[in-house]
Amino acid sequence: MEPILFVIFGAIAVGGAIMVVTRRHPMASALYLILTLFAVAALFVLRQAHFLAAIQVIVYAGAVVVLFIFVIMLINVPVHKLPVERVTGLRFLGVLAAGLLILESAVLTRRFAMPRASAVDAGSVQAVGKALFTDYLLAFEITSVLLLAAVIGAIALAKKKI
Amino acid sequence: MSPIPIDAAALLTGLRCILPEILVVATAIFVLFVDLMIPEENKRILCGISLIGVVISLFSVFLLGPARISGFSGAVVHDGLGAFFEIVILAACALTLLMATGYSEWEGTHKGEFYSLLLLSTSGMMFMAKGTDLMTVFLGLETLSIPIYVLVGFHRHRMSSIEGALKYFLLGAFASGFFLYGVALMYAATGTTKIPALAAMLLDARLAANPVFLAGVGLLLVGLAFKVSLVPFHMWTPDAYEGAPTVVTAFMSAAVKAAAFAALIRVLLLTFGGLQPVMWKVLWALSVLTMTVGNLSALLQDNVKRMLAYSSIAHAGYVLVGLVSGDFLGGQAALFYLLVYAFMNIGAFGVVILIAQKEDEGYDIRNLAGIGFKYPALGAFLTLFLVSLGGIPPTAGFVGKFYLFSAAVKNGYIWLAVLGVLNSAASIYYYLRLVVYMYMVPAEGEMPVPRPSRLAFSAALFASGAAVLLLGIFPGSALDLAARSVLSLLM
Repeated sequence: MEPILFVIFGAIAVGGAIMVVTRRHPMASALYLILTLFAVAALFVLRQAHFLAAIQVIVYAGAVVVLFIFVIMLINVPVHKLPVERVTGLRFLGVLAAGLLILESAVLTRRFAMPRASAVDAGSVQAVGKALFTDYLLAFEITSVLLLAAVIGAIALAKKKI
Repeated sequence: MSPIPIDAAALLTGLRCILPEILVVATAIFVLFVDLMIPEENKRILCGISLIGVVISLFSVFLLGPARISGFSGAVVHDGLGAFFEIVILAACALTLLMATGYSEWEGTHKGEFYSLLLLSTSGMMFMAKGTDLMTVFLGLETLSIPIYVLVGFHRHRMSSIEGALKYFLLGAFASGFFLYGVALMYAATGTTKIPALAAMLLDARLAANPVFLAGVGLLLVGLAFKVSLVPFHMWTPDAYEGAPTVVTAFMSAAVKAAAFAALIRVLLLTFGGLQPVMWKVLWALSVLTMTVGNLSALLQDNVKRMLAYSSIAHAGYVLVGLVSGDFLGGQAALFYLLVYAFMNIGAFGVVILIAQKEDEGYDIRNLAGIGFKYPALGAFLTLFLVSLGGIPPTAGFVGKFYLFSAAVKNGYIWLAVLGVLNSAASIYYYLRLVVYMYMVPAEGEMPVPRPSRLAFSAALFASGAAVLLLGIFPGSALDLAARSVLSLLM
C-alpha cells in the first residue's frame, strides 16, 4: 500500500510544481503551490513524520501561501496585462538541465543504497520536541537570532522613515 | 513521556563555549533599546556602544584561551581555529565600527538598525567559524547573510545600492539552497551532519567513492564558494560591493570572506584524508580561475571601488591556493593571509571613503590625481595598503603570499604557484596605477577636497597600517598562532 500512495502523492507534488511555474496567472500558480505543499505533507505522513506534516500544512499552505494570495489580490493585475513568457534558448537549457538532474538522481538512488531512517517514531511531536530542546538547542536559539535579524532588516528596508 | 532531565553542567559548558557570540548578540539587542530612548542628534552613541560590545567580546575570546570547549551536543566548539577566526572577524567589525563614526555622519547611517544588523551579522559569522555541525554552519551562514543583504541596500533611495542588494539577495538565496541541498545529500549518505563524525566515516574509502556523498560535498562547496566569491560564483560581487555603503563593503570583503573560509577550512581540512584525490583538482581549477578572472577584470576598472571588488575576488583565489594541498602548511598560510587581508583591505577602503564625495560618489580614479602631495598622510596610507595588496615587501601582503605559494611548491603544486605569482605580478599593475595617479598625474581643474578625518577614523587607519607593517616585518607570532590554530583542528 505504502509504495502506491507514495507514487500517487509524489506525482501530485511534481505535477503541481510544474503547474506552478507554467501557469500564466499568478493566482493559479499560488493555488497549485498549495496543492504541491499538501502532497508533500502527505509524503511526510507516509514517512511517519507527523509533526512535520502538520507544520507543513499550517505554516506553508496555511500561512505563507495565504500571504502570497493576499499580495496577488492587492496588486490585482488584469489578465491581459500579464506578460507572455516564451521558451528562449536559456530556459530550454534550464529544462534540459533539470531533466538531466532527475535522470542523475534516479541512477544514483538505484545504484547506491541510502541508510534507512533509524527510529520509527522519530517524526512524532514528542520526538521532534525532545530533539529540538536537547541536541539541537543551539540551532533552535540561533534561529531566533536569525529571525530577529530578519525582522530588523524588514523594518530597515520598508519603513518610511528610520 | 517523562520530562527531560536538565544537564546543568553541560549547559553551562555550552554557554561558556559561545560566550563571545552571546556578548555580540546582547550588544545588538541593547543597541536597539538604546536607539528608542535617545534623541536623533545623539545617535552616534550607538556606534560607541557597539564598539564597546565588540571589544568586550574580543576580550572574552582571549579569556577563553586556546583550550578546546565543545558544547551543545557537539553543535559548536571553541577551539584554536574558532578563536583565530573570531579574532579576525571581531577585529574587522571593530575597524568597521571605528570608520562608521565618520561614514555614518557623512552618509546618514547613524541608525540603530544599521549597527544592530552589523552586530547580528558578526554573530552569525562567529557561529559559522565555530560550528562543528553543518546545521550550525548553515544557520550561521544565514544569520550572517540576511543582515548583509539589508546593509548592502541600506541607502534605500540610491539605485545602485538597491540593485546590488537585490542581486546579492536573489543569488544568495540560491546559494543557500545549494548549500542546504548539499547537506541533505551528505546526510542521506551518512546519517549525520556533524563534521567530526563525517571525517571519521570518510576513513572508509567506500564513502569517499559514493557519488551521492560527493554530489553533496560539491553542492556544499558551491554554497560556500558563492559567499567567498570564487569564480564562477562571483557574478554578484562587483555590483553588490559597488552599491553597498562603503563601510559595509569593507566589512563584507574582510569579515564575510573570513567566516566562509573558516567553515570551508574546517570542512576541507578534516575531510581531506579521504577526499584529497578528487578535491584537489576542483580546488586547483577554482583557484586558478578565480585569480585570473579577478585580476584581469580589475585591470580594466576605472572606478576604484569596483576595482577593489574585483581585487577581492582575486584574493579569494590566493587563499584557495593554500587549501588545495589540504595540509598543515597550506592551512597555516591561508589563516595568516586571511588575517592580513582583513587589515589591508579594510584600510584601503577606509582611505577610499575619505576621498569620496557626498552620496558615495567620486570613486573615479581621476579623482585621485595629485592627492599624494597635497594630502601626504592619505597618500601614504593608500600607498601602504595597495603595496601590501600587491604583495611587495616589507608589507604583510608579501609575507602572506610568500607562505601561500611556498606551501603550494612544497606540496608539489608547482604550476599553481607559478600561475599565482604571475597573477600577483599582473595585479601590481592596477594597484600601482592608483599610486601613479596620486603622485605623478597632475590634477585637472579643481581638486576634490577629502573629508576631514575623525579621531576614531584615523585610529582605524593607523591600526590597520600598523598591523600591515608589523605583520610584514615581524610575522613570527601571528604565524605561530595560525599554526597552533590549524593544529588544534587536526588533533
